[in-house]
Amino acid sequence: MAEKNAYISASCVISNNTVYKNKQVVFENKGAVLPDFLTSVYQHFAWKYPKYYKMDNLSKLGWAAAEILLQGSDIEKYPPEDVGLILSNANASLDTDTRYFETTKDIASPALFVYTLPNITTGEICIRHKFKGENAFFVFEKFDPGFLHQYVNNLLNNDTLQACICGWVDVLQEDYKVLLVLVESNGNAGNTAERFTKENIENLYSLHNG
Amino acid sequence: MRAVYVAADNIYSPIGSTTGENLANLKKNISGIKEHTDTALSPVPFYASLFAPQQVPVTKNNFTKFEQLLIQSISNAMEATGLKSNDPKTICILSTTKGNISLLESSDSDQTTHSNISLHSSAKKIAEHFSFAHTPVVVSNACISGILALLTAMRLIQSGTYDHAVVAGADTITKFILSGFQSFQAVSARPCKPFDAERDGINLGEAAATIILSADEKYRGITIGGGATSNDANHISGPSRTGEELFIAIKKALKQANLAESDIDFISAHGTATLYNDEMEAKAITLAGMQSVPVNSLKGFYGHTLGAAGIIESIVCIHSLKENIIYPTLGYETHGVPVPLNIANTLHTAPLKNILKTASGFGGCNAALIIQKHLN
Repeated sequence: MAEKNAYISASCVISNNTVYKNKQVVFENKGAVLPDFLTSVYQHFAWKYPKYYKMDNLSKLGWAAAEILLQGSDIEKYPPEDVGLILSNANASLDTDTRYFETTKDIASPALFVYTLPNITTGEICIRHKFKGENAFFVFEKFDPGFLHQYVNNLLNNDTLQACICGWVDVLQEDYKVLLVLVESNGNAGNTAERFTKENIENLYSLHNG
Repeated sequence: MRAVYVAADNIYSPIGSTTGENLANLKKNISGIKEHTDTALSPVPFYASLFAPQQVPVTKNNFTKFEQLLIQSISNAMEATGLKSNDPKTICILSTTKGNISLLESSDSDQTTHSNISLHSSAKKIAEHFSFAHTPVVVSNACISGILALLTAMRLIQSGTYDHAVVAGADTITKFILSGFQSFQAVSARPCKPFDAERDGINLGEAAATIILSADEKYRGITIGGGATSNDANHISGPSRTGEELFIAIKKALKQANLAESDIDFISAHGTATLYNDEMEAKAITLAGMQSVPVNSLKGFYGHTLGAAGIIESIVCIHSLKENIIYPTLGYETHGVPVPLNIANTLHTAPLKNILKTASGFGGCNAALIIQKHLN
């Protein structure tokens, strides 16, 4: 099969209480604890999606990043089953697992239990954008751009997907980091679009460290 | 694209520590599901398929029960192949939903516990134990994890990234997991009844299982022919009302394997025995035009073994193909999904060539896998 020219059409990083879209700062709220920061992001972008408030921190991070990533994109042009979501992190759903486990000492909370799986984040993003394609959630000690690139490229090359949102969504207590990229198999080769390569996603991930 | 062959397998469950022992017990209608009254797990009695204490491999080197089960199952499957685990073209892929979550119950919720719970720590320990050349890839995608791990392995072999893959899945049943499903009112108060009119929920089960896949032609016979996942994009804890999205995964899996709907001889369903899962699957099977194809669920034997389920059920499919045997749906008596289906409820022989394996889970995820027999 012929290698296609997959492009990164957009990126979103949320790190250190700062939100970046395509490497530019679009919002920051230094000093806020994570739950307050996540609320401030929602308010800043004036989203109307009350379900956001019911989500756990992992889903809020993933959902918000996807919202910012896809703003201004024409992702709706693809059939729902041709858009995939391939995510990864280090801590799975441990942030919510500990909260859920506290409730079992009294009355176990089904509302928290449902978030004790990392791929609920995938589900929340799919519900919002009606994506029905390939999805997977992988756990790695560290961001693994090589695996992610290889896996997503394969899905784009064998026509399983035309577009894919992929990256890293991780949170444990106050430590968090999100990188989502939108990759399109016949992406815009214009001036701003970067080729979808291991190095380019690695650079995006490390760009906003520290 | 390269063919992906099944080289070896192991089921390590309460009804047997080898695939052979498991199949022998399935043929005798022996289930692992029993009533348990362990108040450390649940304040009320519950039905589940759990290991008796003497069945759990002895823990060495600070391995947890979850890790020890994986090691036992992987070792057993590896022995049958002579495969070298330190071969750089061999990858290990692990499937689990909750891994070492029981440590929250027995330790303080501090950094050391968090680090021991993290799935990549278990992956690292297992890699060290077997001297795998690469740290295992961990798939944690709710109840489709096992099928997704097999799919991931298939893709990595097809693309030439690796030549062999050791795909292993496990979960243990803990207070954490049981209380969660109980809080959802999803646990049946008796042995589960997949696709039955009186089905009212799942039983949980613990197990580990391993399938070794390879591009090496010396293993020719059974192949993984294709597969896909999809998302309902509908609800985080309830399945699709139409089955349309599981059907999307089935269609993509068939296309990859170059098969038509009419080529499928048997379907191994997820069949958890919840009201909505079984109904959704029945609708998806109908959308695929497969309502007359024999279908079973093995949840009546194993309960829902979470991260191991897709692997165990695929192993039973592999041996169904080898022996031309269809296993019954234990617990099924009166048809209880709103569309007609050909639910297998007796052990019988049938010529089998192509099997469809399905799974669905929280987060709206669905998966379909094609397992095939190639006659020489």
